[in-house]
Amino acid sequence: MPDITKDTDQPEILSGHGAKRRTALSCMAWAGAGMLWTLNGGVPGSKLLGGTAQAAEVDRHAFSFVQISDSHIGFSKDPNLDPASTLKEAVDKIRTSKEKPAFMIHTGDISHLSKPGEFDTAAQIIGSAGLDVHYVPGEHDVLVDDGNSYFERFSKPADKKWYSFDQGGVHFIGLTNVLNLKGGGLGYLGDEQLAWLKQDLARRSSSTPLVVFAHIPLWSLYPEWGWGTDDSAQALSLMKRFGSVTVLNGHVHQVAQKVEGDISFYSAMSTAFPQPGPGKAAGPGPMKVPADTLRTLLGVRSVNYVPGKIELAIVDTRLSV
Amino acid sequence: MSLFSTLTVVRIATLLIATSIAASPAFADVAPTATVVIDNFSFGPAQLSIAAGATVTWENRDDIPHTVVEDASPRTFKSPPLDSGEKFSQVFVKPGTYRYFCSLHPHMTGTIVVK
Repeated sequence: MPDITKDTDQPEILSGHGAKRRTALSCMAWAGAGMLWTLNGGVPGSKLLGGTAQAAEVDRHAFSFVQISDSHIGFSKDPNLDPASTLKEAVDKIRTSKEKPAFMIHTGDISHLSKPGEFDTAAQIIGSAGLDVHYVPGEHDVLVDDGNSYFERFSKPADKKWYSFDQGGVHFIGLTNVLNLKGGGLGYLGDEQLAWLKQDLARRSSSTPLVVFAHIPLWSLYPEWGWGTDDSAQALSLMKRFGSVTVLNGHVHQVAQKVEGDISFYSAMSTAFPQPGPGKAAGPGPMKVPADTLRTLLGVRSVNYVPGKIELAIVDTRLSV
Repeated sequence: MSLFSTLTVVRIATLLIATSIAASPAFADVAPTATVVIDNFSFGPAQLSIAAGATVTWENRDDIPHTVVEDASPRTFKSPPLDSGEKFSQVFVKPGTYRYFCSLHPHMTGTIVVK
């Protein structure tokens, strides 16, 4: 059973690091809006959110970035008739946070139906954060024209459908796994993208921390609902020699995590609507939750990196507690 | 591709009008029809047998858009995105087995057997 956790629940441990992680978790404290995860050499630990003594000693080259996902602008049904307003709340939370992130990533399903007006609304709201944004598409963004209306709008000129960039010693890779999907299959990267990835990684030293982001999980979260990527194992095998690999995704509209060797996987919340835990409903559609509960199931993620310590700290914050 | 789909929809619509005329009491030879419901990220029935010449209509009852795409190359049918409540129809003239899937959620698959 995959490891699905809400950030106010005690996580189940899946990995071979289980015993070590459980020890770390046993002294965990919880704070209202979120939990602080730290990654040290690939082994997560935890500490109290708000207990930021360590943050004060942060190297001046340290930086943070934020992840938002699954804004589904254009959706207008139970439980969220206006995802533009919840996206705005999410972006306002980022804009008014004390520490200014270096940039934002959006892990797809910006729109619900790939309509120009949906893209425009999303871009306008997301732009109000005043941050550089790196997007990867979800399947809802590439419904027409093989995704060209998405790529023309959200890809940077130098980038194709996948890309990488560097920030403060960390190598970031944005992948697309929602195109050319095969009948009976899951998410799909494809040979061309894998060849590019191999070449891109070949130039990096194994001590370079990697942050990889894509829409559909690059791990088998719940293949019965399509929550996985057919050829992700090939991509991940290229990353095995790296000491610190963090993989971020959207698509499943809930916090979920798993550690496999030195690779840590994190699924993010949506800003539009929650989906049920794997196998917890007849299908993976929107969960019809009461209006006063909705914002406790939506949120944003902040990721902090401190050079030298090979340490990433991940904080999932809900729109309301 | 979307142009093709649009044309397909228009063509199907024309056929449906023709079918409804044919279905009036004055005509005895009524073209058979069948429906596949999309619900909870699955096609129901997943396997459907029809007579040659029948029209199959897919209806999306989910809160999430889906598509109906033949799993073949070249493919003879591919629906536009079907939002909640939307339908797509395809006439199957030639006997054979037609596998299809949702191109957004490809774990969703179905088969039409035309006899």
